[in-house]
Amino acid sequence: MTEPVFRLQDVDVTVKQGTLAATKILKGINFDIYEGDFITVLGTNGAGKSTLFNAIAGNLQLSHGHILHHGTDITQKSPVERTDYIARVFQDPKMGTAPRMTVAENLLLAEKRGAKRRLRGRNLSKEKLAQYRELTQTMGNNLDTRLQTATGNLSGGQRQALSFLMATLVKPELLLLDEHTAALDPKTSEQLMTTTNQQVTQNQLTALMITHNLADALKYGNRLIVLNAGDIVLDVRNEEKAKLSEEQLLKYFIA
Amino acid sequence: MSMIVSSIGQGLLWAVLGVALFLTFRILNFPDMTVEGSFPLGAATAVTLISHNVSPILATIIAFGVGALAGLATGLLYTKGKIPILLAGILVMTASLSINLRIMGSANISLLGKDTLFSAHFLSTLPKYFDSVLVGFIIISVITALLVIFLQTEIGQAFIATGDNPTMAQSIGIRTDRMTIMGLMISNGLIAFGGAVIAQNNGYADINMGIGIIVIALASIIIGEVVFGELTLTERLIAVVVGSILYRLVLLAVLRLGFSTNDLNLLSAIVLAIAMMLPQISKALKLDKVIKKGLANHD
Repeated sequence: MTEPVFRLQDVDVTVKQGTLAATKILKGINFDIYEGDFITVLGTNGAGKSTLFNAIAGNLQLSHGHILHHGTDITQKSPVERTDYIARVFQDPKMGTAPRMTVAENLLLAEKRGAKRRLRGRNLSKEKLAQYRELTQTMGNNLDTRLQTATGNLSGGQRQALSFLMATLVKPELLLLDEHTAALDPKTSEQLMTTTNQQVTQNQLTALMITHNLADALKYGNRLIVLNAGDIVLDVRNEEKAKLSEEQLLKYFIA
Repeated sequence: MSMIVSSIGQGLLWAVLGVALFLTFRILNFPDMTVEGSFPLGAATAVTLISHNVSPILATIIAFGVGALAGLATGLLYTKGKIPILLAGILVMTASLSINLRIMGSANISLLGKDTLFSAHFLSTLPKYFDSVLVGFIIISVITALLVIFLQTEIGQAFIATGDNPTMAQSIGIRTDRMTIMGLMISNGLIAFGGAVIAQNNGYADINMGIGIIVIALASIIIGEVVFGELTLTERLIAVVVGSILYRLVLLAVLRLGFSTNDLNLLSAIVLAIAMMLPQISKALKLDKVIKKGLANHD
């Protein structure tokens, strides 16, 4: 197989290190992410899913191990430096957008991810707005009619759709989806999941998606991992993943 | 009448502080106490320089730079030193009291007989108090215009996003610490600039002139918001200027009631407290409905 885009080597994360309350949340994780992987991540609460994301994104320091990006060690890189190649959609719709700025302004900000922001006028021309209208239409939830609305006035579903677009506007080398549909009602959630799948597949994005929905985890993506007590206890891809059933999956949750 | 003109002039001059505080209080969403130090710092710097025969314009610009340094100190304490912003501001404010005394060498310096920004020949041809109105109007217009342009740049937008949602800002690669420090520097630079202009208008700098500054600056922001309600960002900056003038007029009215200028800080605080409680009071008394009813046609 080719060289992985990201490689996690013996990654340990301990919180409250050096105190009596020290807890090891990730225990010796070894994990390779290859280009085009769409990986669904399962695990009980406290299994370490969010910690894994925070470790990859740089929000949590590793207590041991390394993270490599195309073979280069990025363990010491700050979260902001890592945004050059990693984008993220949060679970909370409030987290992913600037509430007092309009949809178009948010998109324009996101378009500068990985680029230098300069002291020159922002470009919100008619052409740019037309381009954003076309882009937001792909989400199929009327976001395109609200380009000039402050995002604080959008519905949760529209905000998450916008967060998703903002994360993928500049194609990231890795997209982290942290239960991004969990806070939405079932219908909106399903709709966003469908468009997510479309966009990830069409644009051949490399993505990790945390979900608590076993059916979604089986239905989407080409690879599936299950975390339990800080370790990856199952890692299957393609045919092997396709053969898996919900009952079989459940067994990995009890240990 | 001349008192009203004077109040408008003071309102325009002091509006610089409101607009400057808006950057931290409303855009970055935190109260920055540094301003109580950077205001007299700017006054002390400019007045000392002018008394040493430096040109008033240059002295005022240098005051901006010194104020920006105070903002930098607060910004570093807050972002790198992880000191809560309120405390970081208070530390710099306290420290600058000593620095101001060092700069001035005494607690009070007069500008008697020195040329200031208000000494230009054509200003003396204007009726009384109109010089403050004109100078204040020019200064606040230029500053507001520059801020509006700045906020529409790529960096300006990143600055707004930093205050609006730091988590999101970081996730799209905005260096929020830098943006916060930059905002504090611009804000305190402008506050010091305002201190320099106001000291020249008063004709002296005094070590105690920073007391209550944050309340005055806040009052113009809050009054502007209470009066105008929902606005775009550009309109909000202009509303601060109008709020600053209204605040001066309210003070004038209160002084007319027989209060002395010694009561000013008490009155400022009361005016601000009332302005801040107004939305709640009007809700409780259903003032909106009453006013709407009063304005509606009788049917």
